Amino acid sequence: MDPLIIHGMEWTTKELFVYPNEFIYWSIQIVMYPYMTGLVAGAFVLSSLYHVFGQKDLKDIARFSLVFSLALLPTALMPLLFHLQQPLRGINVMMTPHFTSAISAFGIVFLTYGAIVLSEIWFVYRQYFVEQTVALQGQPGTGVAAKRRLYHILTLGAYDTSAAAVAQDKKAVKILAGVGIPVACFLHGYAGFIFGSVKANALWMSPLMPVIFIMSAVVSGIALCMLTFIAIMEWKKFRTALAKGSGDGSLHVIGGVEMDVIGKASRYLIGFLVAAISLELLDLIFRGYTAMKSWDILRSVLYHKDFVNIFVLQYGIGNLLPFILLLLPRLTIRRTVVALIFILYGVFMMRWNVVIGGQAFSLSFAGFMHYHLPILPHNMDTYKEGLLGALTVATTPFILFWLINKIVPSLKFSKEEAQ
Amino acid sequence: MKNHVWRPLYVVLVVIALLLVARYFLVPSDFGVHGKNFTYGFHRAGNIMDWQAVSIKYQGRESCNECHPENVATNSSSKHGPIQCENCHGPALNHPENPEKLTIDTSRDLCLRCHGALPTPGSQRSRIKGISPDTHNPEIPCIDCHNPHKPDLEEMQ
Amino acid sequence: MKCSRRDLLTTVCKAAVAAALPVAAFRFLSPAEVRAAVADPALRWGFLVDTEKCVGCGFCVKACKLENEIPYEAPVSRTWVERYIVTRDGQTHIDSPMAGQNGFTDPKVRDEVIDPSEITKAFFVPKLCNQCDNPACVQVCPVGATYQTKDGVVLVDRDWCIGCGYCIMACPYGVRFFHPVHKVAEKCNFCYHRISKGLKSACVEACPFGARQIGNLKDPEDPVTRIIMTQRVAVLKDEYGTKPQVFYIGLDRNVR
Repeated sequence: MDPLIIHGMEWTTKELFVYPNEFIYWSIQIVMYPYMTGLVAGAFVLSSLYHVFGQKDLKDIARFSLVFSLALLPTALMPLLFHLQQPLRGINVMMTPHFTSAISAFGIVFLTYGAIVLSEIWFVYRQYFVEQTVALQGQPGTGVAAKRRLYHILTLGAYDTSAAAVAQDKKAVKILAGVGIPVACFLHGYAGFIFGSVKANALWMSPLMPVIFIMSAVVSGIALCMLTFIAIMEWKKFRTALAKGSGDGSLHVIGGVEMDVIGKASRYLIGFLVAAISLELLDLIFRGYTAMKSWDILRSVLYHKDFVNIFVLQYGIGNLLPFILLLLPRLTIRRTVVALIFILYGVFMMRWNVVIGGQAFSLSFAGFMHYHLPILPHNMDTYKEGLLGALTVATTPFILFWLINKIVPSLKFSKEEAQ
Repeated sequence: MKNHVWRPLYVVLVVIALLLVARYFLVPSDFGVHGKNFTYGFHRAGNIMDWQAVSIKYQGRESCNECHPENVATNSSSKHGPIQCENCHGPALNHPENPEKLTIDTSRDLCLRCHGALPTPGSQRSRIKGISPDTHNPEIPCIDCHNPHKPDLEEMQ
Repeated sequence: MKCSRRDLLTTVCKAAVAAALPVAAFRFLSPAEVRAAVADPALRWGFLVDTEKCVGCGFCVKACKLENEIPYEAPVSRTWVERYIVTRDGQTHIDSPMAGQNGFTDPKVRDEVIDPSEITKAFFVPKLCNQCDNPACVQVCPVGATYQTKDGVVLVDRDWCIGCGYCIMACPYGVRFFHPVHKVAEKCNFCYHRISKGLKSACVEACPFGARQIGNLKDPEDPVTRIIMTQRVAVLKDEYGTKPQVFYIGLDRNVR
């Protein structure tokens, strides 16, 4: 007989009085879930800033972040599937959605959002698909034939590359990017709503929760896109240096483009960061000032049990430090990278402190629960809801991006590619 | 030539159609609003029957009385009268067919549930005669001296 | 940009229809279903707990776990008993070892020795699902796998539950948990299989002291209903607006 597995017992320890049925049921994957959806939403918003608001300075990063948000999209789904006790029944959310639940919107919003991202990419790359289909025509080899077949399907039979048709594409991209922003915000805002509407949880229940989630989502999304962009540009510089020697002039050109894009993107980043922190602090001050029944236990969680996690790791290292790093004059790429890593870490800690922190105290307000992240798995539960499960989720978008990028190259910044 | 701009939309419509078809086959036909409203009553109607069909394990004193009237009578007239037979004898399930014999819990721990002395001022627990298990004949099963069906101290064995 | 009132109205109407369409597509309301939904059954299960009578024997928890096939060695339980010990310094010590399934036999609370002369009052409080009139757990289920029956009991569909745990999070009473074997949300349902066959819930049956009683709240002659109507009873965590239907006699302010 299998040993009895009580879900949550492996990684929960209890202190003082906790109801017998209480465990940390929502663990690392539920931290990953808003974090990954946040990255998706943020990446998409960044690309839309160029398409909709004509922020020319973001042009080079826009295409990349659009494709990257597609690569991130399935990983917003993954943590949920990892977390479900009955993953095979996940489709039930689409089959019998119960609209009084915030989670039921997931299937519909997620698919809508997926459709928008895919359509937008289709419009951006349609011309390229047509060109590829034509270019690969008649070339020998089964691999090439398969590739041609793929591009042929991807064109959806639309071969018109006249100026008028291309203009229509551009218009469609603009509209989709515009529609996509509210949908991206909704995708993430309702992730915040999932938590904010749980009236049983004293820490989560707040109408500010969805807005806080959107703001920090955009922060993390922009930060990840910038970081990946820098990594790719550095790789390009490295390759150019290998090919042409380190004194070549093209290196300075690439470096110049890189610094320009990063400098401008970081200004948007700071704006959203300020908004996110202000809202979070407002929430905190309000709770302390109104001091409802739950404040006693919340205070002991916020200021004692989770003090390091919240005030040192999240606000200090995750918010304040990168804020200073980005605002100090003469911003360099290296300093930006450090700041971006701290920001990504800070947003992750914010998710952690909301999800795990919200379960750090008992519903009885008379006891505490402590979470111990399973590092080495010894069964399915400890893999799925442990460090390795989280890392699986975190690495998937990069693998997907690598795959998708083989079909829709998003990293060519030469003039003739620009549309 | 027709406008190509709508092609992604057709793909989306096909996907929606596929989902609706899948829904038609996957959702049980009795799924709907069966309770007081959509918020609280949206479910599969047949599930109520599933729950009603759960087997009963505790058959109750009346069922014991059918075959063991003398034991039921003795216990019922004693101070332990309010205690259901199955609390100590275990759930009857389908006894006497399955299981043929019930396993009686004769442990000290069972008696201590009520008779372990606890400092509980203001609670009914204090009105029940209690012993301290560490000092009151710790090695001997309670039933060696006390008859659970005749718990009065005058009737000690 | 010009925008007449007519334009605005048209747009709003269109938007409303468009927004309502997907919702309409997913609801399955037939006229018969509507009639069935508003039909007023003469039955509403309610529960009465007399904390004055409870001695903490835990027979209720034992019976519940065996009756409802919850693995006995699991610390989770559909019902449980809490012990409260209030000391002279105003502190409240609360515990519920293994949900109280083996009763309370140890004067120590979580290995902490409490001086008996310091204890001002001590008592036991049985807990179970409140079968709320406005169950927060049902409201948040994304797939309609948990619901309220017409007689007021909240059930979980074990064949449809996806195991997301949202209902567990939404319950202010900590009543729900994941079933260790079936891997779906699990909760007290007043022993629905028993009460719908005219029997009493296993915990009610097992309680030797009459601390637990179940009855029909719609029947004014029902003994439970009479007590609720004529005596001073309280409910747990009123402030969440869930309208719990488990009523308590002698509830102390320390009870969580």
